[in-house]
Amino acid sequence: MMSGTALSQGRVVIKGSTTVLPVAQAAAEALMKKDPQVQVSISGGGSGDGIKALIDRITDIATSSRDIKPEESALAKSHGVKPLAHKVAIDAIVPIVHPGNPVSNLSVEQLSLIYQGKIRNWNEVGGENRKIVMISRDTSSGTYESWQEKILHGAKVSPRSQLQVSSGAIVQLISRNRFAIGYIGIGYVNKSVKALKVNGIEATAENAQSGKYPVARPLFMFTDGQPGGPVASFIKFMLGREGQKIVAREGFVPIK
Amino acid sequence: MSRKLKEIIIKNIFFLTALVSVAVLGLIMVFIFREAVPIFRVVSVFDFLFGTQWYPTYKPPEFGILPLIFGSLIVTFFSTLIAVPIGVLSAIYISELARPWIKEIFKPVIELLAGIPSVVLGFFGLVIIAPWLQDTFDMPTGLNIINCSMMLALMAVPTIASISEDALYAVPREFKEASYALGATKAETIIRVVVPAAVSGISTAVILGMARAIGETMVVLMIGGGATAIPEGIFDSVRPMPASIAAEMGEAPFRGLHYHALFATGAVLFMLTLAFNLVADYISHRFRQVGSGTL
Repeated sequence: MMSGTALSQGRVVIKGSTTVLPVAQAAAEALMKKDPQVQVSISGGGSGDGIKALIDRITDIATSSRDIKPEESALAKSHGVKPLAHKVAIDAIVPIVHPGNPVSNLSVEQLSLIYQGKIRNWNEVGGENRKIVMISRDTSSGTYESWQEKILHGAKVSPRSQLQVSSGAIVQLISRNRFAIGYIGIGYVNKSVKALKVNGIEATAENAQSGKYPVARPLFMFTDGQPGGPVASFIKFMLGREGQKIVAREGFVPIK
Repeated sequence: MSRKLKEIIIKNIFFLTALVSVAVLGLIMVFIFREAVPIFRVVSVFDFLFGTQWYPTYKPPEFGILPLIFGSLIVTFFSTLIAVPIGVLSAIYISELARPWIKEIFKPVIELLAGIPSVVLGFFGLVIIAPWLQDTFDMPTGLNIINCSMMLALMAVPTIASISEDALYAVPREFKEASYALGATKAETIIRVVVPAAVSGISTAVILGMARAIGETMVVLMIGGGATAIPEGIFDSVRPMPASIAAEMGEAPFRGLHYHALFATGAVLFMLTLAFNLVADYISHRFRQVGSGTL
């Protein structure tokens, strides 16, 4: 069942994950340019808020950086809502170091210990005798959230780690600091820094798509059942060639 | 309309305009404290001020701002250490020693320094000073206490220099004339007579310079490094209170615990600046030069 009012006006309401927000934003702008009939309104709030809004029928699409939780499914069922997941992109996070750093591979375990402040020198992981300077993101970023989930598994980031508010700033700092390690979305990697393999696996689009690369997670858009009208055209656009191009441009990995 | 009535109306208009700033300050205070109070239902004031763990977004969250307070105080301390000699000595030079045409140039230039937007100083520290520190001294990071303190000192120097200069300028000429009449040299006159006579104004200048440094946000956000551990040395990163508020307020859920904790941090900062201003006010009254040198 779809919310009738939103449909009849050709409006699509999107709410949810701040990680998916820039993708949804860019896609909405592109779609509205192509088809001025469609009006898209987008807000953030987090994955949980998006799914809750879908259950309360105040949004047409819930964006989420994680799959729906069992308790959310149960709540949706009791409200007569059938959340349907559309995988729209893959978020792959890459640890980076200075190009002069001899280390080229770290395990998830080692990365976790480094960020917890338990490994404090590069020589403990096969590098030079240098102190490790960890650079982390602000807690609001989706990148931080992924790193927290896939590397630290909920353990606390050491208070010694530095904080930067954008992936661009991290690249800039790492490119000039031989002591530092940072993590960024795969789309931000450039030649001024060295991307590390994780558990021996290189961060490539193929490895992220196949699920081999360990620091990757799918990004979803949830609708209430199979959508129709403008909601369907938005999802179709998102999954199509143009939508996936936007995904790549925003620093994520396309689904295929 | 009688002249008297006009006078009363005009007087009241002036009163109202003066009241605006007082009222605004009052309302801001009420708002900050009202938004800060709820956090103390979860953490005690003592644990908030002296807790060393700042993990506002974890489950369960921890709200200890000691590393943030420490960060603010340490960058303020070092910036004062750098800015006071530069500021006070420039003021002495401009007021007592410089030729008039040099004074005409130096005074406005120092005041112009106050006009540099803090984001520009922050950027300078980030792209010039930080890599220079790293390369020259092989430091693990250039985003540290000393870089912050240098940039904050640049911001405090104009405040200190111009207020000190006013204080030195206000020292009655008779004092200097009496000193020279007793055969003192220029150096003796400056050190023994002029500076002591202006000491209350100079102290006020220093404290206002410190207040400027402790409240500064952009510089410490950009080049503090953002670590929430208590630093072990002056080459470690810090996250002073304003940086924490600026970096985190955007994502803190409205009226959530994190939000209230950031307001409480703001309240602490507010009280610190207020204390600085009260001390400055006290000193300028307590040690005011009384009497005069004329017969």
